[in-house]
Amino acid sequence: MNVKNLYKIANIHPAINDKGTARLAINKNKIIDSNTVPGLTIKSKEIKDGVDINIRLKENTIVGNPVHLCFGVTDRQAIQKIIINISTGKNSDISIFAHCIFPNATDVKHIMDGKIKVGKGSKYSYFERHIHSKNGGITVTPKARIILEEGARFKTEFELLKGRVGILDIDYETICKKNSVMEMKTRISGTGNDIIKIKEVGNLIGESARGVLISKIALRQNSTAEIINKLIATAPYAKGHVDCNEIIQDNAVASAVPIVEVRDPKAQITHEAAIGSVDTKQLQTLMSRGLSEDKAISLIIEGILS
Amino acid sequence: MGILKIENLSLARNGNKILDNINIDFCKDRIYAVVGPNGAGKTTLGFVIMGIGDYKDFTGDILYKGKSVKNLNVYERAREGITLAWQDPARFDGLTVEKFIKSSAKDKTRKSVVDALEKVGMSPFEYLERAVDKTLSGGERKKIELASILVMKPELVVLDEPDSGIDIASLKNIFDSIRLLKSSGATVILITHSLEVLQQAEYAFLLCNGSIIQRGSIKEISGYFEGKCIPCDHKNLPEEMEP
Repeated sequence: MNVKNLYKIANIHPAINDKGTARLAINKNKIIDSNTVPGLTIKSKEIKDGVDINIRLKENTIVGNPVHLCFGVTDRQAIQKIIINISTGKNSDISIFAHCIFPNATDVKHIMDGKIKVGKGSKYSYFERHIHSKNGGITVTPKARIILEEGARFKTEFELLKGRVGILDIDYETICKKNSVMEMKTRISGTGNDIIKIKEVGNLIGESARGVLISKIALRQNSTAEIINKLIATAPYAKGHVDCNEIIQDNAVASAVPIVEVRDPKAQITHEAAIGSVDTKQLQTLMSRGLSEDKAISLIIEGILS
Repeated sequence: MGILKIENLSLARNGNKILDNINIDFCKDRIYAVVGPNGAGKTTLGFVIMGIGDYKDFTGDILYKGKSVKNLNVYERAREGITLAWQDPARFDGLTVEKFIKSSAKDKTRKSVVDALEKVGMSPFEYLERAVDKTLSGGERKKIELASILVMKPELVVLDEPDSGIDIASLKNIFDSIRLLKSSGATVILITHSLEVLQQAEYAFLLCNGSIIQRGSIKEISGYFEGKCIPCDHKNLPEEMEP
């Protein structure tokens, strides 16, 4: 796949000629496009079955346009390993869109191993957008260890835009220091025999650190989901919330394990988890406006995953 | 001209009659009220008309424009022109006000949504992008639900306790919308135990313990309602029915 097609699928083709937009495009283990902006260093090298990437943002640097990382595999069968190391200096600001594109996959493994360090007072957002094949022949295993320095803000969102999930096994763990803020959100719709596993852990170790873990999952047919959201508060005035919402239909199976651990009397963590079928009142409200049952269910799920 | 005819409608649960031999003719372009105390069966009657919930095993019939809708499900009845607003409207996580209203609109433009929100007294640009979720009050959701009914352009509307959760300032918008529905050719059935809502209707039925025990003008029903039926533990029967 050439870079033009990759950017087109990711719907970011205007970025291709924009010198003011930092980007890196990978097809399997080949680097096919790269651009950077002042204050931002992107170093990458091809390794067997993947790429090793180092991203450094200088202190006091604000990257105006979102940085686009495109990870594509056009082959039906392949392994793609992404080793990524990101660190930001203090008081900087960066927003990264990771476009993971596997449109033809019948047996593709996409493995990500990330280490992220967000500097003191810095802001870092990471939006992961996936496009998969229709038959779900893919295994995605993103793993990340994140450290937030004092006053840092970190936000990540995982979303499947197109295609079937296949097998997804997310494993994120964050350490949040004093006054830092973390938000991790996952929105996924499973169908067929998709398998979704999410393990997200937030360690609120600094005074007044805050964290939110949100999972919104919709399951149909024979898909399954196992969600483990864990928040641990060990410092005074640390605050957190875990929110897991799963809707199931047909033979789908969902489990949610919110683990809340508070080791300081001045800290507070709340959680809510709901698993069930589509709410009858919502369904009948939409049907009483003339929507068929299928259309009403789709709209309710669209809302939940939005 | 009749639009909805309820014939010998009875519904029982665990040996208790919830609705007992109801017979009503609703005419086109009129506003009706079904009044009565809590537990009288008013909401159940609305649900049976709409086909909602576990109320399909009734005896008797419901004729809409002369045809039985007994075997139609909720959305088939809605497509025929019947709709219902709930006493406590549903919450929809993540679904925006605009999408929610558009989903029932005949004209799916933003303009039609904006117009409908203005008609119920809501600032469109404050609400269009908000979700119909717990961040909205019950009264706000009530008005949004009414807006979704206005854009649907129905022919028969059941409004269950339309004033519930509505502040005094917004009540006028609700009443204006009820009249607007009528002027656009809809028949409106107000389910209420509020005298103020009752005053919006042209004709009313008093439902008590599952039976229509009085029918007549608003004056007749409100007098009866005020004087004898609150609290109605089914002892305060009309004089002619008292033992």
